[in-house]
Amino acid sequence: MDSFKEIKSKLIPLDMINVDTDQIIPKQFLKLIQKSGYGDFLFYDWRFDHSGNAKKQFVLNNPKYKERQVLLTRDNFGCGSSREHAVWALFDYGIRVIIASSFADIFYNNCFKKGLLPIFLRKNEIEYLFNLVDEKDATVEVSLQKQTVSLSEKTINFDIDSTRKKMLLEGMDEITYTLSFNDQILNYENGYKITDYNKHLI
Amino acid sequence: MQKTLFDKIWDSHVVIDNSQDEQAGDTTGPSLLYIDRHLIHEVTSPQAFAGLKQRGRKVRRPGLTIATTDHNVSTGNRSLPVVDEVSKMQLETLGRNCKEFGITIYDMNSPDQGIVHVIGPELGFTLPGTTIVCGDSHTSTHGAFGALAFGIGTSEVEHVLATQCIWMYKPKSFLINVKGNLRKSRTITPKDIILKIIHEIGTDGGSGTVIEYRGQAISGLSMEQRMTICNMSIEGGARAGLIAPDEITFNYLRGRRYAPKESELDKMIEFWKYNLRSDSNVKFDRVETINVDDLAPQVTWGTNPSMVVDITDSIPSPEEFAQGDENKRKLAIRALEYMNLEPGTQLTDVQVDRVFIGSCTNSRLEDLIEASVVIRGRKVSPKVRAMIVPGSQKVKLEAERLGLDRIFKDSGFEWRESGCSMCLGMNSDILSPGERCASTSNRNFEGRQGAGGRTHLVSPVMAVACAIEGHFVDVRDWL
Repeated sequence: MDSFKEIKSKLIPLDMINVDTDQIIPKQFLKLIQKSGYGDFLFYDWRFDHSGNAKKQFVLNNPKYKERQVLLTRDNFGCGSSREHAVWALFDYGIRVIIASSFADIFYNNCFKKGLLPIFLRKNEIEYLFNLVDEKDATVEVSLQKQTVSLSEKTINFDIDSTRKKMLLEGMDEITYTLSFNDQILNYENGYKITDYNKHLI
Repeated sequence: MQKTLFDKIWDSHVVIDNSQDEQAGDTTGPSLLYIDRHLIHEVTSPQAFAGLKQRGRKVRRPGLTIATTDHNVSTGNRSLPVVDEVSKMQLETLGRNCKEFGITIYDMNSPDQGIVHVIGPELGFTLPGTTIVCGDSHTSTHGAFGALAFGIGTSEVEHVLATQCIWMYKPKSFLINVKGNLRKSRTITPKDIILKIIHEIGTDGGSGTVIEYRGQAISGLSMEQRMTICNMSIEGGARAGLIAPDEITFNYLRGRRYAPKESELDKMIEFWKYNLRSDSNVKFDRVETINVDDLAPQVTWGTNPSMVVDITDSIPSPEEFAQGDENKRKLAIRALEYMNLEPGTQLTDVQVDRVFIGSCTNSRLEDLIEASVVIRGRKVSPKVRAMIVPGSQKVKLEAERLGLDRIFKDSGFEWRESGCSMCLGMNSDILSPGERCASTSNRNFEGRQGAGGRTHLVSPVMAVACAIEGHFVDVRDWL
């Protein structure tokens, strides 16, 4: 996994609630067997019409927002399908931070596996940031170490639990980490607590 | 200490417990949870196996994982080669990976092939009290057995293959009491109950929780009906949905391939009976009660599963839907535009082009039996293309034994091979831009069934009535 570095970028405003993973990466792009190469398909049906022409009104097609790394959005981002391809597509496209008022559980989890930082803020803070994009097109500095989103006039703190923070900062390989607890896993397997329904399958 | 059913399953699967300090307000980290059952399919597993190979890792317990091909398979003639080269590659990759890592696979040519959440229970792989994961959000289906079952991403699929465990922050508990009696149980179905629940709690109402469904209207349901309820827990944002196991559950398990054999199973049932239920005085983090006494058939009108109305209603205005929430109002305006619907239009005046009966929500034998009852010699409207996609090869075969295929085909329905099909449209079963579909599946997101397609979620009996009339109808008038 990629470790997370500090990010300084202007924001891409995606002013919607309930953005689902079917929109982030439509199903026709889930047939690939690798983890990369999804960036071109990010928000495909919102970016392109049925003939493949760019839809001008969609935010990612506005040249002003090109090359930006922080996506600003609202409630329940990433709901629906568990497809991790959604995270891969955002990452491939160049997004490194998503700021929202809330995230769907599976999507939130998936972000940490790739090195994408999901930040949830209070609704009034989200509102404040949307206004800033409109008025000043402000630049934000995101520090995971300090857990801050900084603007020239204001610093907003965000919550993240220590384990996830550490994983992201170090770009930790989770499986290697888990396998260091092999003895505990073996102990568990040797003494099922409720029943032995697994014995005949192992 | 009083515990919920969810607490009990959680506690019995914790390998490393990091949740203790969390209650004191200091988040230390996730707990390591043992996974008893792992289901995999072709779409969310190839990158997981590639990861294992890259690091030279093995699958820790191959016997605890089973595989099938469902998302990407054709529902047409299986004796023909797979036309789509990319799909073919993905299907073959799963076969190769399973062979290499010693995992049992029920592939396209297997009599046990089917939607992963249909075959897990069918094979007795799904058992009460177990932890079950799959790289698919509708894994919540298996919660119908009193199992803790939830969807995971591909990195976690790899993690489970390698370690048979998962790191997880303990979700909160959420009790939904479903009170009342379904007055016309042939026409008001579990699909209507769960759509009503999602309407009430919203698409993120269950976020961060595991829901336990309970109450009069739940305990009388069959296993297949309970699966429909738990299946859509994720559409309310919940990590998982649970129903405590009872005699109906235990009877379902007998004689199934992966379930323990008779005497062994009896011992477990004795244990499950007394242990797999929430303690009587336990306090849930959240409780909601929903009464279904006067429930009408439910139909979605928008682009998420909480945008639901009664069949007798008209399409709501954005203001009615939003109840003062500006973001919701904007969402509703967008949804109405996408769905090409005008507020105030009676739902029964909305015409459809397609009907889809299938998906892990509603493709089991009882769904098809109930659907067939509505037909009574009537024909599918000439304006409608209607298809039935059984959830598994076993469901298909059993339906054919009962002669259901004849009833459907004589009426004008297409009778197809099993798979996820037009629930997500990864194969060639898709809507064309602008087409409107009454669907028994679980998601009405923009483009879900095909770019530009318009989906209305309904129960199987409502879908059949709609296919016959060419527009939505109140199926209560028919049965």
